[in-house]
Parts: sequence; C-alpha cells; structure tokens
Amino acid sequence: MTDKIEKGPAENPPAGPGASGLPYEAIKAIPVRHYGRWVSGVVVVALLAWLGYAFANGNVIWATVRDKLFDPAVLSGLGNTVIISVSAMALGLVLGIVFAVMRLSKNPVTGAVSWLYIWFFRGTPVYVQLLVWFNLSLIFQYINLGPIYKNETVDVMTPFMVALLGLGLNEGAYMAEIVRAGIQSVDEGQTEAAHALGMPQTKTMRRIVLPQAMRVIIPPTGNEFINMLKTSSLVSAVQYTELLRASSNIGNTAGAIMEMLFVASFWYLALTSVFSVGQYYLERRFARGSTRNLPPTPFQRLKANLNMFRRTEVAR
Amino acid sequence: MTAQPMVKAEGVHKSYGAAHILRGIDLEVAPREVFCLVGPSGSGKSTFLRCINHLERINSGRLSVDGELVGYRQKGDKLYELKDSEVAAQRREIGMVFQRFNLFPHMTAIENVMEAPVMVKGESKAVARERAVRLLDRVGLGDKGGNYPSQLSGGQQQRVAIARALAMEPKLMLFDEPTSALDPELVGDVLDVMRDLAESGMTMIVVTHEMGFAREVGDNLVFMDGGVVVESGHPREVLGNPQHERTKAFLSKVL
Repeated sequence: MTDKIEKGPAENPPAGPGASGLPYEAIKAIPVRHYGRWVSGVVVVALLAWLGYAFANGNVIWATVRDKLFDPAVLSGLGNTVIISVSAMALGLVLGIVFAVMRLSKNPVTGAVSWLYIWFFRGTPVYVQLLVWFNLSLIFQYINLGPIYKNETVDVMTPFMVALLGLGLNEGAYMAEIVRAGIQSVDEGQTEAAHALGMPQTKTMRRIVLPQAMRVIIPPTGNEFINMLKTSSLVSAVQYTELLRASSNIGNTAGAIMEMLFVASFWYLALTSVFSVGQYYLERRFARGSTRNLPPTPFQRLKANLNMFRRTEVAR
Repeated sequence: MTAQPMVKAEGVHKSYGAAHILRGIDLEVAPREVFCLVGPSGSGKSTFLRCINHLERINSGRLSVDGELVGYRQKGDKLYELKDSEVAAQRREIGMVFQRFNLFPHMTAIENVMEAPVMVKGESKAVARERAVRLLDRVGLGDKGGNYPSQLSGGQQQRVAIARALAMEPKLMLFDEPTSALDPELVGDVLDVMRDLAESGMTMIVVTHEMGFAREVGDNLVFMDGGVVVESGHPREVLGNPQHERTKAFLSKVL
C-alpha cells in the first residue's frame, strides 16, 4: 500500500501526460519474489492477533476505558499535560538558545557559566531536580527581590511553578547542546558574508545563523518535545495534576487501575501523533532554500495521487 | 584630497601560529582604480584581501582604508582595538565578493540584496526593495529576484552576491577569486558585471586567475609569492614583460 503511494509522484511526473505514448518499449521482466516478506508478515499478524486476544480476555473492563476516555477529570489532566509540556519546552528552548550562544561566545565567563549549567542539569535526574524545587522553601524561606517583590517561597512555588522550573531548566540543558550543534553546522562563510556586509555579531546570529541552524535543530527538538510530553508524567510527584495523575486518581478510587492506564496511554499516543505531524510541517518550512523543491505535504501528495488517476483515465 | 589612497598597506605581516603568511606587504590603491592581485595559491593574496575588511587581524604593520586604520584607533602612539560595532561600521563601506558566493540560502535573491540595508542601515523595506530591483537588473537578473540561491546557477549566484555587496553603496569592492568556483561558460557573465562596475568608477581590488580580465580592465597589477610582493606595475607590462624569474615561471603556467 504505502509503497504504491510513495512511488506515485516520484515516477509519474517525469513521464508526464505522455506516459502512454513512450518512444521506447518498457522492459517486461518477472520481478524477484520475496517469500521471506510473506512469511514474516504472517508471523507478525499472528503475534498481534495473539496479543489482542490476550488483552481482550484479560481482567480489563473495556467499557470502562471507553467511558472514562472523555471524563472531565481526564480531559483537564490532558489539558494540564499540554500546558506544562508546552511551557516547559518554551522555557527550555529559550534557555537552550541563550546558553548555546553563551557557550560559543568568546567571553570566558559566559562560556564557563554555560558549561556549569549544562553539566549540572544534564548530570542529575530530572526527578531529583523536581523534588529539590518542590522543597526549595527549606533553603530559601523567602523570595526577596529587595523593594520590588517579597513573598514566602511556599506561596510562589505552586505545583505549576515547580513543574515548569524543574522540567524547563532540565530541558534547557539538553536544548543548549542541540542548539550548539545546529549553530556549528552553519557554514562559516555565512558569518563572514554577514560580517563583510557590516552586520554586527548579534544580528548575524539572529538573522543569518540561527534560521539556518533551525534545520538541524528542529528534528531533535521534536524528539525532545515528544519526550517532554511523556516526562511530564513525573510532575505528578510534585502535586501537579496532569494526565497520568488525573487518570490514576480515578483508577485508584474506582479500582480500575489498568483501565485508567490505558486511557492515559491512549491520550499520550494521540498527543505525540498530533505533534509529529506538526513537526513535519515545521521542518518543511525551515527547509526553504536548502532544497530546490520542497517535499509535498501529505495533503498535496494525496491530491497528486488523485490527479494521477484522473489523468490516466483521461489518457485512456 | 585626491592624493589620499583608498587602501594603504605598510609592512603588513600576518601569521597563523607558526605559519607566516604575509611577510611585509607595502602597496597603495588609488581611488577609482582596478587593482589586481595575482599569484600562486598560498601566496597570501586572499589573506591580504581579508585583512582589508578585518576578517583577518594583521599582526604587524599598518593597514588603512580611506585614511582610517582598519580595526584599530590610534591615540598618540598607542593603538586601541575597535569594538565589534565599530568594526562592523567600518565594514559597511567595503563590499566583498567571495569565491563560494556565500549567499544566504534561506532568503530569496532579492531578500539577500535587501538584508544589509534594512538590518544594518535601518532603511525602509520599500526603499531597499527599490534599490535591490535596480541592482538585480543591473547584474542581468531582474527576473530572478524571487528565486532562492539553490535555484540559481553559480554564475547567477555570484552576480546576486555582487548586487548584495553593492546594495550597501560601498566605496571599495573586494573580489576574492570571484570566478574560480564557476563553470567556464558562466565566467563571462560575472566578468561582464565586474567590467561594467569598473567603468562606473568603483575602486576594486580583485584577486583573480583571469589574466585576460586583469590585462583588459586592470589599472594596476601586483604579483605576490610567498607572502611578499614580487613585482607590480601596469597589467600589460607585468603580464607581457615580467622581470622576475618567479613571475615568469608563474605566468608560463597560467597563460
């Protein structure tokens, strides 16, 4: 199936409308038989059927899964998961860019600070970091910004703040390395050309280097974000009610633990699927100029396939 | 006023670690002059060109453009390094064209040309676009403004790069082997644009292997080898009647 779809646009456009009237005779040969594919296909299908049967007959009430899928508490947990993932990722991205630029700067102080940050936040488990933020009031009883702001730490450190700082600062350390790799992948000639035009350092970075680095940065960032969607389940430990916590709350009281884990898994899968599609479009946008022709979007590909069928019909 | 050279180099030295690339360059480039630098690869001609807009820092000597020291400020007998922004300001007046074009691949041709006037000079987009259209027209690419660099041939890319440099209205243009990365049949278009630019009175320093261009368009030619100026003079004289053995040996290979 997928084979046919992908071959369609690749093979057909060069042949164009005159496909039926080729000036040469196409080779007619018997294709290689791939018996191994058939055998392995059967094995896989059989295994899946067995797994499906096991789950269907296990001690799981599937009606509960269906009923609780759109439970308001679950949906609110889902919303919180999205909110904390997006905001922690945004914080991570900003920190990542800042620390990557600092790391690459000629200034030894910023370089060392950035190194220290990455060393610490990448070197300790995110779970531990979350717990430290959660218990921050044991060290700083007050958050005191002199005359501007003063408050008790426990009041400031709401579950959301703890989750945001814990996940965001940890993510920033990973993003810094990804952004650094992206920046270093941009040809030095680009910086030289920008400098030769009289662009100062910061503008060169913002206008010339970073947009080109994005092409290298985005794929692993998408990966990081999908990771973040799932890692955010850890913040249930700091009293933030996200998807997993909301689901298992119901599961524990209703005695439907496995059912609610399926509910949570369903939504995690749904989220990661949606964001994978988003990533595809983002990558396409930043591919501008690097390829002669942008790859078609899935929708365009579908349309091209439909057109292809129509054209051959007309030709006949 | 007219006596002031556009570029003046006195005893310029440049090394990378132990590699001593430039070993004392002295030369002067007059305004409106087309000044050709030729020599074998590794002779330091590209390095010298890159020193003129401070892409490379010189280790010794004095290098000035239009009477202003490049990269430094002199107070009394002390030299002070210029800040990043001051170096950038100096470079605005000096256009540069690279061997490998170095167009910004994420921008269309016209955006490439508009970028520096808008971002550096703070020009309005409308004004910058108008000039960009005119410049692309001038290099024969009026219809290619919407294309990305990857959709242009090497010769077209290099002409966009020239238009991009001209958009800053520089008083000096540096060409670093502008035709060396091009297919032979595309070289002519780029040289035509450069010839046209020379006729308009632009001061140009051209590192090149195109001896025909140097002979025809150049006002002055310097032959460099091993980081020193071996021979200089009018291109027809140096190319037609070289005095030094090294010049003769080099020319017998390239002509």
